[in-house]
Amino acid sequence: MGAVLYVPCDAAALAVGADRVAETLADELRTRGVDATIIRNGSRGMHWLEPLVEIETEQGRIAYGPVKPSDVAGLLDGGDHPLCHGLTEEIPYLKRQTRLTFSRCGITDPLSLEHYEMHHGFLGLKRALEMTPAEIVQDVTDSGLRGRGGAGFPTGIKWNTVLKAQGAQKYIVCNADEGDSGTFSDRMIMEGDPFVLIEGMAIAGIAVGATKGYIYTRSEYPHAVAIMQDAIKIARKAGILGASVMGSDHAFDMEVREGAGAYVCGEETSLLNSLEGKRGIVRAKPPLPAIEGLFGCPTVVNNVMSLASVPIIMDRGARFYRDYGVGYSHGTIPIQLTGNIKNSGLFETAFGLTLNELIYDIGGGTLSGRPVKAVQVGGPLGAYFPPSLFDTIFDYEAFIERNGMIGHAGIVVFDDTVDMLKQARFAMEFCAIESCGKCTPCRIGSVRGVEVLDRIAEGDQPEQQVELLTDLCDTMKMGSLCALGGFAPYPVMSSLTHFPQDFHVKPLTDAAE
Amino acid sequence: MALQTQSQDIEKETAAIIDVHEHQEGPLLPILHDVQGKFGYVPEDALLKIADRLNLSRAEVHGTMSFYPDFRTEPAGRHVLKVCRAEACQSMGGEKLADDIQRDLGIKWHETTPDGKVTLEPVYCLGLCSCAPAAMMDGNLHGRLDEDAVLKLVEEVK
Repeated sequence: MGAVLYVPCDAAALAVGADRVAETLADELRTRGVDATIIRNGSRGMHWLEPLVEIETEQGRIAYGPVKPSDVAGLLDGGDHPLCHGLTEEIPYLKRQTRLTFSRCGITDPLSLEHYEMHHGFLGLKRALEMTPAEIVQDVTDSGLRGRGGAGFPTGIKWNTVLKAQGAQKYIVCNADEGDSGTFSDRMIMEGDPFVLIEGMAIAGIAVGATKGYIYTRSEYPHAVAIMQDAIKIARKAGILGASVMGSDHAFDMEVREGAGAYVCGEETSLLNSLEGKRGIVRAKPPLPAIEGLFGCPTVVNNVMSLASVPIIMDRGARFYRDYGVGYSHGTIPIQLTGNIKNSGLFETAFGLTLNELIYDIGGGTLSGRPVKAVQVGGPLGAYFPPSLFDTIFDYEAFIERNGMIGHAGIVVFDDTVDMLKQARFAMEFCAIESCGKCTPCRIGSVRGVEVLDRIAEGDQPEQQVELLTDLCDTMKMGSLCALGGFAPYPVMSSLTHFPQDFHVKPLTDAAE
Repeated sequence: MALQTQSQDIEKETAAIIDVHEHQEGPLLPILHDVQGKFGYVPEDALLKIADRLNLSRAEVHGTMSFYPDFRTEPAGRHVLKVCRAEACQSMGGEKLADDIQRDLGIKWHETTPDGKVTLEPVYCLGLCSCAPAAMMDGNLHGRLDEDAVLKLVEEVK
């Protein structure tokens, strides 16, 4: 057995040159006549170190990064190397994490069933196959798992509705339309550990009596699409998917579908319309998708993270998962540290860390070295928080209490060069571009929002415009059909509340700075 | 004559694509993706063929196609450069980068350079928020970009 080296195939690694590093590495090893295998693993999530090359040793894997093709030769010479970070597992950023959903990501070859099974793969599915559907649903309910897409609805309760719904055909739809800026955890799992999503969806299918699954993902994620499709083929061939799931009486198969650049399709009813081949227009609820979803059939629509967390819950038990976290936020959450931050990447941890800990202790502050002015948590519809709110703990309710949301757990850090009026305008502009057009508050309100903010920027009666803007935001919040129009006011109003100086108006409340 | 042949080719190619997807549930998006993959845009003749074969009205197919930013009714340049405009990239100077590129290429969003080489499109997140600013040239992703790096990408393609 020769040497084993790892170079990630994750899109974030590829975007900073991982393919060229892998090629140079292969050439150099060949030239030196070294018997070696290069495994293209998923990413460990330490993206500031990508491309992160790992070399297997008797003590464990040694990490080097960020590696350029020109560094490769020196790296193979051995001895001390300036890019060496020692044992990967001992890097503080990784060591401080609790990796449940991402337990394999970055460790295994994403398309190796052998690797997957070596690292506890399919144990959850095997256990589920010995249980009744109601018992599986009960376990997921007891685990406290809540929708990781942003809404935080209890997954088990959703499953129970579908289990009890009558229908000759039921569906599992995985919402992998991860369009929020500052998020990539779905992409990382699809590219780094696709079998865990397949396993989670198969368990969901068995639990609610669905035989068909769809993963709806983005055309902006070509690598995730390709890896997921390959993984499904492999799973089908191995009898994990198909007429008899792992030799059982249960049938379950699945397909990947690509969206076409519309952000609103991440909203579940719009997603269902898109899957059906229609315009991605939001549907009014009720009926809930759990009762009348895809093609009018009972449908579970869950985020990638929710479904990918199910296998470990089934394997280790509801109690094991539930014991992590705080308050009503159980388990772990893969937090994405992004934007202007030194240690950017994915950090999976139990709920309960503060923003301060995440941004400074773990994230290392801004990459630019300038002071942090604001962070946006939860994507383009999430609120901007100033440093005075960085004592907020990462928990669904704690964020709601402070007029924010954790959403899909992306944190975008901005330094003091950011103009919050511009950010507020962008939120409205984005809503106007992406609105599906079905409801008036979102379709028209967002356009009017941009206009009002432009008048504030021009200094045209700013105090009156702010009043108008506040009123408009209220209408959008209360009157929109879905979260796009309903939450677009959050980044706008939080900017106005916490950073009134950027709007050239007096503070709205005393609490603001 | 040449036009007629082209139109027949489009119909034939589109029919072959429909054959592949017809058995799927909700086949319209996969068909539109493949048609655009084949021709670089969705030609009117393809649209009519799809409507006919899926038993939909032309308006329904047009309605679906025009809803999604990915689908074009005109061919793009030889290469498509998508530059991320979303917040994480903004926090790393993405807005200035986008302005600089537009100035350097002499085009605005959705436009194509006069030599037909590059079409510039905005994109709202490539999932590369941890190595911003990011862009996609054809199918290839690039992160930690600056103006020079983007111009190099443009130079490298033919």
